[in-house]
Amino acid sequence: MSKLKIFTKGFFAENAVFVMLLGLCPTLGTTTSALNGLGMGLATTFVLVMSNVAVSLVKNLIPDKVRIPAFIVIIATFVTIVELSMQAYLPDLYAVLGLFIPLIVVNCIILGRAEAFASKNNALDSAIDGLGMGLGFAMALTMLGSIREILGSGSIFNMKIYQGDGALVFVLAPGAFIVLGYLIALVTKLTKKA
Amino acid sequence: MEYILLIISAIFVNNVVLAQFLGICPFFGVSKQVETALGMTGAVIFVMTIATVVTYLLQKYVLDVFGIQYMQTITFILIIASLVQLVEIILKKVSPALFQALGIFLPLITTNCAVLGVAILAVRPDYNFSLLQSTIFAMSTAIGFGLALVLFAGLREHMELADIPEGMKGVPIAFITAGLLALAFMGFSGIA
Repeated sequence: MSKLKIFTKGFFAENAVFVMLLGLCPTLGTTTSALNGLGMGLATTFVLVMSNVAVSLVKNLIPDKVRIPAFIVIIATFVTIVELSMQAYLPDLYAVLGLFIPLIVVNCIILGRAEAFASKNNALDSAIDGLGMGLGFAMALTMLGSIREILGSGSIFNMKIYQGDGALVFVLAPGAFIVLGYLIALVTKLTKKA
Repeated sequence: MEYILLIISAIFVNNVVLAQFLGICPFFGVSKQVETALGMTGAVIFVMTIATVVTYLLQKYVLDVFGIQYMQTITFILIIASLVQLVEIILKKVSPALFQALGIFLPLITTNCAVLGVAILAVRPDYNFSLLQSTIFAMSTAIGFGLALVLFAGLREHMELADIPEGMKGVPIAFITAGLLALAFMGFSGIA
């Protein structure tokens, strides 16, 4: 498989959120605005790339029976790195994302890629796979965040685009479910035709 | 009174699925039938309560004492993963009937982010929960999860018979239904 194909597969064809329906908790929980969605997406991308590389480098050293706990420890290490760096350098974003940063550990996308891809391929391919998957996830979160921010507070990336406050319900919990439902319907329709 | 408020707040006002977005994967995954939803609820109440008690003690008597709070994420996830295994083994031996009922749901719980989420929330310094409060908090959060799951499963059973437009069938309509359910739960927000 060519390098480009590994990348685009994760980004479009097997998009974690729209196609595979993985990692839904942060998808719904952190996308109250475009910026929060992007922040969460990039934090997850970092963990995904790093843990994919680490897993593919040590894959031959880990006995098969304990590989899942070993993967979880590797992932948790990188999550802790993200958590501490974000707390130090981006305290505002950290305060908004809060609980969802440590919860990157249980994001099924990351363990899924470690098990399905990184444990069978070399480090470079695993990094590309992680990058594609991660950016696809970040794109989905930014899209969802933008729509919710436009409808809910009348702005995008904190820039006002129309007068008034918008419909608050889209920033609150119900809006997350409803917007994602319509987005998935739209993506399914578009990809089925192509 | 304080405990009643804690219970109501965890079950209805801050419902773990519909207001905090934790445990979404099992919420959509095992909500096709009311019966499986009930089985999952039992397993989650069981594991979430035990996991929170164990991680609470670990935080207070190990991590805080040695000043290594940054190890929280790693230790908690390992504790929960091994605890689920342990519960599975003990249950198989002690109560085969309960094991039969919960069996297939137990391994799924490790990936339920609500368990880790509640364990982390219960030791937040700003909450300052006692052990009893944490236990009650975990148990009522799990009941809240079960309530949302069973309600949603009931709705989905009826939806099977409904005439839904082609493009909205399956996942999209499930999300929109969950959105409406979340809207209904927002009605509780005035209580606390």
